[in-house]
Amino acid sequence: MNYFPDEVVEHVFDFITSHKDRNSVSLVCKSWYKIERYSRQRVFIGNCYSITPQRLIARFPGLKSLTLKGKPHFADFNLVPHDWGGFVDPWIKALAKSRIGLEELRLKRMVVSDDSLELLSKSFPNFKSLVLVSCEGFTTDGVAAIAANCRFLRELDLQENEVEDHRGHWLSCFPESCTSLVSLNFACLKGEINLASLERLVARSPNLKSLRLNRVVPLDTLQKLLMRAPQLVDLGIGSYVDDPSSEVFSKLKAVIQLCNSIRSLSGFLEVAPCCMSAIYPICENLTFLNLSYAPGLQDNDLTKLVQHCRKLQRLWILDCIGDKGLGVVASTCKELQELRVFPSDPFDAGNAAVTEEGLVLISAGCPKLNSLLYFCHQMTNAALITVAKNCTNFIRFRLCILDPVKADPVTNQPLDEGFGAIVRSNKSLKRLSLSGLLTDQVFLYIGMYAKKLEMLSIAFAGDSNKGMLYVLNGCKKLRKLEIRDCPFGDVALLEDMGKYETMRSLWMSSCEVTLGACKTLAKKMPSLNVEIINESEQLEFSLDDRLLVDKMYLYRTLVGHRKDKPEYVLLL
Amino acid sequence: MEGCVATELRLGLPGTDNVRNKKRPLQEADEECGANGKSHAQDETAPPAKAQIVGWPPIRSYRKKNIQAKKNDCEGPGIYIKVGMDGAPYLRKIDLKVYSGYPDLLQALENMFKFTIGKYSEREGYKGSDYAPTYEDKDGDWMLVGDDPWEMFITSCKRLRIMKGSEARGLGCG
Repeated sequence: MNYFPDEVVEHVFDFITSHKDRNSVSLVCKSWYKIERYSRQRVFIGNCYSITPQRLIARFPGLKSLTLKGKPHFADFNLVPHDWGGFVDPWIKALAKSRIGLEELRLKRMVVSDDSLELLSKSFPNFKSLVLVSCEGFTTDGVAAIAANCRFLRELDLQENEVEDHRGHWLSCFPESCTSLVSLNFACLKGEINLASLERLVARSPNLKSLRLNRVVPLDTLQKLLMRAPQLVDLGIGSYVDDPSSEVFSKLKAVIQLCNSIRSLSGFLEVAPCCMSAIYPICENLTFLNLSYAPGLQDNDLTKLVQHCRKLQRLWILDCIGDKGLGVVASTCKELQELRVFPSDPFDAGNAAVTEEGLVLISAGCPKLNSLLYFCHQMTNAALITVAKNCTNFIRFRLCILDPVKADPVTNQPLDEGFGAIVRSNKSLKRLSLSGLLTDQVFLYIGMYAKKLEMLSIAFAGDSNKGMLYVLNGCKKLRKLEIRDCPFGDVALLEDMGKYETMRSLWMSSCEVTLGACKTLAKKMPSLNVEIINESEQLEFSLDDRLLVDKMYLYRTLVGHRKDKPEYVLLL
Repeated sequence: MEGCVATELRLGLPGTDNVRNKKRPLQEADEECGANGKSHAQDETAPPAKAQIVGWPPIRSYRKKNIQAKKNDCEGPGIYIKVGMDGAPYLRKIDLKVYSGYPDLLQALENMFKFTIGKYSEREGYKGSDYAPTYEDKDGDWMLVGDDPWEMFITSCKRLRIMKGSEARGLGCG
């Protein structure tokens, strides 16, 4: 089969970088499988329980970069109890024992301990990059170990983790010899840090391109840091509060003018609106702006700022920008591809900040829009149909109407037609989240039109098993399906059991699936792990098959039942 | 099989009525229990104005906590007090509400005035440095920072003063 020596084939494979493509390449023949596995450096594992670290190490001895995801997505919303799993420790232990020269570790929704971080920091002399997203279980002591021991550290990126802050001067643990930092993000840490250490660290990091500060870093330190690092491309501001007439503020305004490489701006974890004008000079060049954690910026402040951001491609903002503000975005940000509008007050229905009007304005003004996350208080079919006419490039479309099962307020109809229009006109749609009042009809549309759909999130929707069946039968590319509080039961679950082998996972909670059906599925499909989460205090499972199961999570795996399940999980 | 509600068995929390009525998610919220299987003996009285469904709206818990924290910050005035250090040309102002406790406050003071505080102990006050953080309480007395529970401290503290030198050591003993 090979007309070329292995080295030539391997060289060709160097140009194939996407995981999907490399996976395909490895399936062509035994020879290509072998060449591919020895040359593979980056591996992505979407479910840490689908394979063991030992098998990973055995297959890819040249592994340098590993990405792992742990808990199911709904864990983000407190639907998965504490200690469910997703522990990174066995992975780090196994990698440490092996000869793998790990350089990069990226984790999402995993449990990470200080011990794991310390072992990681001491086991891989070339370790360069640690990215933790939505993880928990560690403290700043673990972060300190990484700082102290990873001599060639380039990237320490902590995004939205729950970190216990011991304020043990972790930042001061970077040795004076550490000058390799390119990216440092500690915005999610809550505690005080030694500001002088931070200044010195930035001063000795000439390659620093990305710096995201936490809330305790005050404006005068920011000014000093920017003086040291005018080459920054990505900046996350901590505290942005000062008197605009102060000398410090004037110095800040001056130094910001020098920072003409900044393309991405976030943070403002504490902000005085009167100080925002200093930022305007860098707005011209911004491609990403994230103000979703900035409290107290009103619609005027936001619109004034956005008016300067003509090159913006991604905008994350709070709904206090209002429909009018979104109109300003629509007329200013013609390059906009991604918009996320978060609720500033999720539980107060009285404060309707954005509605369907804002979304329609955006769809009309931003022809390149392909990714949307929109929290709003109401939506109409007419608006969604208009959006579908204006935008046909959506890859991700997530709409969350804060009041579940809310109908179209104008017609009192379910939102089936609106979402139907979206899937019909956006043929590249890969991810969809639904909300509002929805019947089986919307699932009929999804099954018919969403042919590229990979991930679907459903809550409080549908009338019967037919809904779920439309999706399972129609969406050939479906990988992740997560459902809560829908009337889908055994008939839908068991109709096409082989389908789940083509998917990463299925989550169903507060639906109408019985224990018996789950057992049947587990028995017929040994390649799936079917987990039942039972939080009831009645721990003796009367194994009555008619019991309705509260939470079920199933996923394909090559390695059978996991050994680390907590007491409340039943593995069938 | 569908429709036999009377014989329907649930692997759910005791007392929950897991009737799937899509039209009334708020009712479900009243019946929903916490994740620890705690008894749902909530008030039989009027449901809270904002009944909350577990896991809804779908916002990451990290983000939710931040919104709550911001709301708590914005709600109610801050507790602004003056802070002076012996030898410093002017005083500063801080908002005691933004700190989570003594370590947080002390680190902030260290950063602000560029000095190091010693280690606190009930017996000996702040050992190991020439500085002692003190405060004036409602009675007008000068007290050592750290003796009272934090919540009590922030309500009774009127101003802060960082004492230096022999005066500080005097306060530490006894």
